[in-house]
Amino acid sequence: MNFDLLALSKELVLALEKNDQICADQILDQIAGLRETQLFNELGRLTRQLHDTMVSFTIDSKISEFAEHEIPDAKERLHYVIAMTEQAANQTLTVVENLLPISAELNAQVEILSGKWGRFLDREMPLEEFKSMTQEISKHFSDSQISQQQIHVGLNDILMAQGFQDITGQIIRRVIDLVQDLETSMIKLISISSRKTSSGEASTMHHELPGPVVPGVDDKAGDVATSQVDVDDLLSSLGF
Amino acid sequence: MDKNMKILIVDDFSTMRRIIKNLLKDLGFTNTVEADDGKTAIPILEKGGIDFLVTDWNMPGMTGIELLKVVRSNPQLAKLPVLMVTAEAKREQIIMAAQAGVNGYVIKPFTAATLKEKIEKIFERLDG
Repeated sequence: MNFDLLALSKELVLALEKNDQICADQILDQIAGLRETQLFNELGRLTRQLHDTMVSFTIDSKISEFAEHEIPDAKERLHYVIAMTEQAANQTLTVVENLLPISAELNAQVEILSGKWGRFLDREMPLEEFKSMTQEISKHFSDSQISQQQIHVGLNDILMAQGFQDITGQIIRRVIDLVQDLETSMIKLISISSRKTSSGEASTMHHELPGPVVPGVDDKAGDVATSQVDVDDLLSSLGF
Repeated sequence: MDKNMKILIVDDFSTMRRIIKNLLKDLGFTNTVEADDGKTAIPILEKGGIDFLVTDWNMPGMTGIELLKVVRSNPQLAKLPVLMVTAEAKREQIIMAAQAGVNGYVIKPFTAATLKEKIEKIFERLDG
């Protein structure tokens, strides 16, 4: 092209030297045409660039979707995990704190009574003391019955508190999925911006199931049952 | 309600299986077996002898709802009582489970009292 321009320019100089105005005008038109071709080429290049940008923009918009919704959502979910694990730990600790003195009290009673019982078996116990011991034994029986029931209820509460592991496990799995999707999108974006061909592999971001309801995240639309009572109401409306 | 009935507990989280197993034991049901998803539950069910199925919904491999459908479509198992214990709480899902023929639906996290009540209700209906 530069060669064309150079040749035309030389011809233009010649024409001007010869004072051939018509010829000079023709050459000038040719040069202008050459510029137009360059302009079109440049325009074509820009169009191509725009197209590429648009393609990368569709992925970019997915990343902005991550930034706008998915990441804050994931943060809420992880906060809920903290809240649930904290609740479970507190629930367990409370039960343990309540049961330890009960168990200690029972232990103390048994220790005193077994000492007395030993003296009774060795026939070292006066009748009066024996009478009071029978009352103590009766009291121990009724006390230990109540205590055993309390221990039983407490152990069941500890058992139930472990349910957090299932719920939080499910929530964390979903956050891991999100991180993987984000990673995939970032890789695609990088490969496009570095002009390498990208495989048009579709995003794996789909959750077959909504999973555990996280308060403030999943219950906004009002289409979830927030308690067992809700579930029971819904089922009874279906004839259950 | 026969306290010796054989109960299959299906959940992918072993902690949840242990919780349910211990709760059932506390209610007097000691005859339990476990599976970690629908796929491993089916051979146990097909072998026969299971009287009650307690299943989670969201499990890798085969979900609880798929398992429920398999159970209902198998003439030998069609009448098996099924209790779903799940974190899935969307209304459309509860309706889906009801339509697939679930006998009871408990959402996690649940209480021992809820589990007891639902099991009793299921067997009241079946026996009544």
